[in-house]
Amino acid sequence: MFLQQLVNGLIIGGIYAMIAVGYTMIYGVIQLINFAHGEIYMLGAFFAVTFISFLGLPFFAAFLLSMICCAICGMFLDVLAYRPLRESPRLAALITAIGMSIFLQNLAMIIWGSRQKPFPHGSVPAYFGQIAVTFGGVNLSWFHIFIFSFTLVMMLGLHLTIKKTRWGKAMRAVAQNQTMAALVGINVNRVITYTFALAGALGGAAGILVGAYYNSLYPTMGYVAGVKAFAAAVLGGIGSVPGAMVGGVILGVAEALGAGYLSSLYRDGISYAVMIIVIILIPAGLFGKLIKETKKSM
Amino acid sequence: MLLKLENVKTYYGNIRALKGISIEIEEGEIVCLIGANGAGKSTSLMTISGVLTPVEGEVLYQGQSITGLRPDKIVQQGICQVPEGRMIFPLLTVSENLDLGAYLRKDKNGVKADLDRVFSLFPVLSDRRGQHGGTLSGGEQQMLAIGRALMARPRLLLLDEPSLGLAPIIVDSIFDIIRQINQDGTTILLVEQNAQVALRFSHRGYVLETGEIALTGKASDLLKNEEVRKAYLGE
Repeated sequence: MFLQQLVNGLIIGGIYAMIAVGYTMIYGVIQLINFAHGEIYMLGAFFAVTFISFLGLPFFAAFLLSMICCAICGMFLDVLAYRPLRESPRLAALITAIGMSIFLQNLAMIIWGSRQKPFPHGSVPAYFGQIAVTFGGVNLSWFHIFIFSFTLVMMLGLHLTIKKTRWGKAMRAVAQNQTMAALVGINVNRVITYTFALAGALGGAAGILVGAYYNSLYPTMGYVAGVKAFAAAVLGGIGSVPGAMVGGVILGVAEALGAGYLSSLYRDGISYAVMIIVIILIPAGLFGKLIKETKKSM
Repeated sequence: MLLKLENVKTYYGNIRALKGISIEIEEGEIVCLIGANGAGKSTSLMTISGVLTPVEGEVLYQGQSITGLRPDKIVQQGICQVPEGRMIFPLLTVSENLDLGAYLRKDKNGVKADLDRVFSLFPVLSDRRGQHGGTLSGGEQQMLAIGRALMARPRLLLLDEPSLGLAPIIVDSIFDIIRQINQDGTTILLVEQNAQVALRFSHRGYVLETGEIALTGKASDLLKNEEVRKAYLGE
């Protein structure tokens, strides 16, 4: 049982990590907790289902198109909601983020209804449900393997993008000093908007995976996932991308083991407990740096 | 005329930091802007770089208005700034800091040549390539900041307080290099509280007092000027 829970934890943890890097990247560039990030995750799942049922697209095509749409949603979110507030106090942007979260949730309810929906029958490839490998009493389905390898590839790709590409360097420069980034010729607003796009694509992908895995989507699904991924980002140290990856995996494993050995009712409670303990004992998180709060920052 | 400020007025927050200043810089010159703390020196450079937008007046570069352009557009036109406090990216390596200096350039061979030039001007940076910018000493950070600006191959280089916080012996060597950069063909606008050094290395100077130009002239004349000597050279 331990091994099975560990595998479950690693898989769900990988998904948390994919959402958490979105929080942490956006926090890195504009010091904003984007509370609407969970809603992008929700939109990802709904877009995919819509593309399957109305356009008749196969699963993987709908998956890809939905990620692209979520990237565009992320960009719109930044340009319409946050960019006008760049020079305002941070609190204004934070409240706007909460507002956008509520707005998007309700928009989804108007468009898709508030009832739980499944993925259309037969749209998820049938072999996803079949057992791919068995070891030590643990059964892994093809879907497990797909989720695991997809998150791994995404995280690796993200890491390389940030470390090696010109755009990744620009993003790190913006995160460290916006004025200086502008003075070397970086279009700061564009880098911020692209960061939202990247966060949106990854968050959307996570939403599709979870929606398909549990075969259930609903307009408020982004809330709990968002809070948990936020907990993972805080655990890793907000602003640190490797931190968010590790934080997500730790949280997923802690949750799965807690659910397995204590009671599955405690699943959500464990995430919140982890977040509270981290904030009290290591406020900077595992990989974060403690920065003194200055007066003008709030 | 390479750069011309015409009656520029800029607010810094609610403070009227520049109350209508006019400055002219010819191609090939080293011009310095001296003045006390809060006189508006840094505000002038930030206005030229487009980080601050003037409420009135014009900034003309090669006869064209660049007033209100975004900072990256101004860098693209060949104006680079080494800001006060150096603003090294602390968590990027020395190499990455220099790469970012050449962010807008597409000519790979030219960038490579300029990197070699920066390393020959500042050999210590070559030894520290893989180190994080934040771990360098003050003098090394100043070298990195100047090197980063040179990587853009600027036509006009704006330097804000290059001597700040450096030991006198390092100040002289930094200024020797600034002179060499100028002789290689880059026009320089220098802002300094250290008027003695600034005037010694410049062709012309402007004295800024609470947001207005109080005095201007050849650097050698300003060095002899009685008011300047009293107010800025501590006599």
